[in-house]
Order: sequence, then structure tokens, then C-alpha cells
Amino acid sequence: MSSPLALDVADLSKKYGDRMALSHANFEVPMGSICGFVGPNGSGKTTTIRMLLGLITPTTGGGHVLGESITKPEKYLPRVGAMIEGPAFYPALTGFQNLNVLAKIGGFATDSIAGLLDLVGLGDRGDSKYKTYSLGMKQRLGIAAALLPNPKLLVLDEPTNGLDPAGIHEIRTLLRKLADSGTTVFVSSHLLSEIEMISDHLVMLRLGKVIFAGKTSDLLAKQQPVIVAKPENVNDLNKLAQIATAAGHEAIIIENTVHVTGTSDFSAKLNKAAFEAGITLESLTPVKASLEETFFEMTGE
Amino acid sequence: MWNVLRAELTKLRRPSLSASTLLAVTFVTSLITSVLFLLVDSPEGNGERGVRIGRDVLSLPTGISLSFTNTAGLLGVVALCVFAAQTAQEYTYGTLRNLLVRQPSRMKILIGKLVAMKLFAIVMVTFSAIVGIALSYLFADIKSISTQAWSTADAKTAVWHSFINVLIATIGYGIFGMILGLLFRSPISAISIGVIWNLIFEGLLSAFVKDIDRYFPGQLLSIVAQGGTDRISYQYALFTSYAFLIVGLSIVAFLFKKRDVAN
Repeated sequence: MSSPLALDVADLSKKYGDRMALSHANFEVPMGSICGFVGPNGSGKTTTIRMLLGLITPTTGGGHVLGESITKPEKYLPRVGAMIEGPAFYPALTGFQNLNVLAKIGGFATDSIAGLLDLVGLGDRGDSKYKTYSLGMKQRLGIAAALLPNPKLLVLDEPTNGLDPAGIHEIRTLLRKLADSGTTVFVSSHLLSEIEMISDHLVMLRLGKVIFAGKTSDLLAKQQPVIVAKPENVNDLNKLAQIATAAGHEAIIIENTVHVTGTSDFSAKLNKAAFEAGITLESLTPVKASLEETFFEMTGE
Repeated sequence: MWNVLRAELTKLRRPSLSASTLLAVTFVTSLITSVLFLLVDSPEGNGERGVRIGRDVLSLPTGISLSFTNTAGLLGVVALCVFAAQTAQEYTYGTLRNLLVRQPSRMKILIGKLVAMKLFAIVMVTFSAIVGIALSYLFADIKSISTQAWSTADAKTAVWHSFINVLIATIGYGIFGMILGLLFRSPISAISIGVIWNLIFEGLLSAFVKDIDRYFPGQLLSIVAQGGTDRISYQYALFTSYAFLIVGLSIVAFLFKKRDVAN
């Protein structure tokens, strides 16, 4: 039996004039997962998120959020936390007051606000006006606002924008913790290394079309691993490439290394063959394709 | 809707907005009251468009609330600015998307905002009435104008009527501001167009084209505040001005409900 879904969209499209912002998108996000939502600028990520949150009406298609149709956002939004296209708050109000406004509108308890400010590292700045916050602090307040309803689904659009490395690490840990406690996290980011580290599922967009939707591990497994071999003597580069090619592997020379497609178990064979041919290897490193490389390859960017 | 109302009141109560609004209310009420009483003997007049309001008129039971009544137009401009800014800033700050994620019923958002701003208008008008009446006593004493009739039952009725009429007019101007805020989605555009329309366009045309003020909501609201004139009755001014506003509000409410929130 398949796991229940936090999100599913079918044939979802949005057209502005002659331009298709999102074209016939289909994807599913299982409950309790962290799903990365990636794509170049203008690929339709924010449009999709806005449709899922009832802010814009799809041109065609539909979907479900937490089991409810996206045409009835009032049925699921009380269980959804969201930060869309960066934080947006009232500059003249303090961080605490801004959360208070949103808690009142949503009908949530206001006594959790102080705890949320602590959780995102703003405990000592809750009484400062929003206009005095740095970009990183604004981002943290946006995450705190998204957590107000104690959400079953958390939708975050570029949550690590403006954060320093320590802040990024904190947010990553927080998202993992939330996912472990059963919250589904749907997170868009341009920091693909971050997405690779935290997401178990992935939806990839390009020019308004879904080009991959599924497990992150499945996507990465599709990519051919590479062994990077560096001979001690640069004159041996061609000979080393020929040995790999003779063994049925693709090999190309990049600067003073040979890149051979093949899994790590070929490393030992290559090492032995090189030794028998009188080539001393300075290093031999199996390299798995990163999400970033995969992304660039798939999007053609 | 009550949740939206409570949230809106949190925003409206912020010291920078409430203090600056009450300061503006104090300024316009003081200005109108001082002109009315201190220039009572001036040959250039002490009322709107050079009209002379004499000592005998100010000594009547209605004299106590006359300055406050005359403040309605400027109070309306303040209300227009506040309502327009509070509505349009949700677009410029990008906070509308947060509100709609927390309360997906757009009509509840709109009604909650409107009710909150009406409460804010009640505070504004009450404050103006207190300042206006207090200054009237002060200036009447300075200019030796009799205030004997101001403590009669007729005077209390006049104050009450003025308060209701000025409140209806002020809320009307505010709704006009809210319509512009929803339409233009920018506080600067909404306020500048609203002020130019009310003070310049309507004002100039009404001064030069006979009876055209019968069809201008701003002019009609000003007549509502005065309790009607010889030419235009209170009932006509009230129903016609609010008919304009209800039609306008219905159109922008429809747009607000249907329009994508893409910013």
C-alpha cells in the first residue's frame, strides 16, 4: 500500500496571457517527507506554491493538499504553514506583534509566540521593530510565522536566503526535526547542496514543466558515477585513458586527470591495470554526481 | 471575521499610526475652530468659501458643534488616507499573502478590515468632537461670544446630530479611500488620487458648474455632515453618496475576491 500523500497535483497549469507559467504539472509528495522543489528562476516554482495555497487560481488541472482539493483552501490551510517568496511583515510592528497579528487572524493561541521566536533564534529581538531586522532575521521571523499553526505541512520558499552558514545549519536541523516529528516539508531553494542534504524527495521544474518528481536517491542513482584518476606523470594521461577505454569504460582527460565513467568497484581494476602498465597513480577517487551537476545536466543550464 | 477584526485593531493601535492620526485630527479641528471663532468679525468671512458666520449664529445651541461640523471635510481626508493606506499597504508590503494563507475567506478579510477601520473612525470623530467643543468654549470666551444656549437640551441634541452626521460622512470618505486602495494597490496612488479627486476635481467643478455637486460623492458626504442644505436635502445626500460607495465597494470586493494574489 502506498504511503498517504501530503500533496498531489494532476495536470496543473497556469497561463498568464500567452505565457505558460506552469504546464500540466503532475507530482506527489508523501506525508512526513522533506521534498525539495528546485528549478531555475522563472521555472514556475512560486506559481505552483501560490496555487497550492489558494492565492492564485489554476488555469487547468487540480490537486490535493493534506487530502483536500486545492479549490477549497479553507479546509487545509489551518494545518499548513507557509512562507512564500520571502518574508513579508509590517515594518512598524515588532516581530512579536507581527506574529500576534497572524496568530489572531488564524485563530491560533498567541502563547506559543515567545517559544517560536526562541526556536528561530529571535528570542531577544522579538520586541524590536521588523524594519530594524537584518535579512537573516526577517527570514527567521518568516519561518516562525510559518510554524504558528503547528503545521502538518510546511511550505517554505527559499528559507535560507540571507542566512549565514550557521543559520543555514540551524534551519536544516530544524527542518529535519520537524520531518522526524511527522511534518511534511515542501521547500524550494536555489542552494542545491542544501536540498541534497535534507530532502528525500525532489520535484524539479524547468520552463514550467516538471522534469523529475520522485525520490532524490532515484534521481542521483540515474547519474553515472565517475572515477577521477591522477597519474604521477602527466605523460601517462593518454595511456591511462586507453586502459580504461579498453576495459569498456568512457574516459576523458580533464587537465591533468582522467575521468572514467564507472562505479567504485572498477577503481581497484583500474589501479591494478595501471600498475601493470607501469603507471603510478597519485590519486584515484570515485565521485558520485551531485544534485547540482544532475540539475545542470537535466535543465541544460 | 472577528479574528480579522482583532488582528486589524492590533495594527491600527500601533503608536505611530494612532498618534499621527490624532495629531492630524487635532490640527484640522483646531484650525477650523480657530478660524470660525477668531475671525468672527473679519470682513473676509470665517466660513467655507468666504461665508460669514456671525456672533448671533455662534451663540445659538448649534454653535457648540458648528466648528466640529465644519471639520468633517478635512476629517474625511484623514479617514480617506488612513483607510486607503491600511488597505493598499497589504499589497506593497506583500503581507496580503500571509493574511490570505491564515484566513482564506477574502470577504472575511475585507469585512474585518472595514469594521476595524470604522471603529478607528469612531475614535477619530469622538476625539475631534471633544477638541472642537473644548476649543469652541475657549475661543468663545476670548471673543466674548455668549455660550448660554450651549448648555441647553437643544445644544445636546445638536451635538449628538452633528456627531452622527460627521461620523457617517467620515466613514463614507474612508470607504472611498478603501475602494481606491483596493483598486490601485498602492498607498501613494490611492491617497493622491483620492485627495486630488475630493479636494481639487470635485471642489473646482462644484464651484463653477451649477448643481453638479448633486452627483459627486465627496460633495454629498460634506452635505451629510452639515445635515443637509437648502438646495440638497440630507436624505438625498445620504442615500446618493452611500449608493455610490456601495456600488464602488461591491465592484472592488468582487475584484478582490477573484483577483490572483501574485505579489
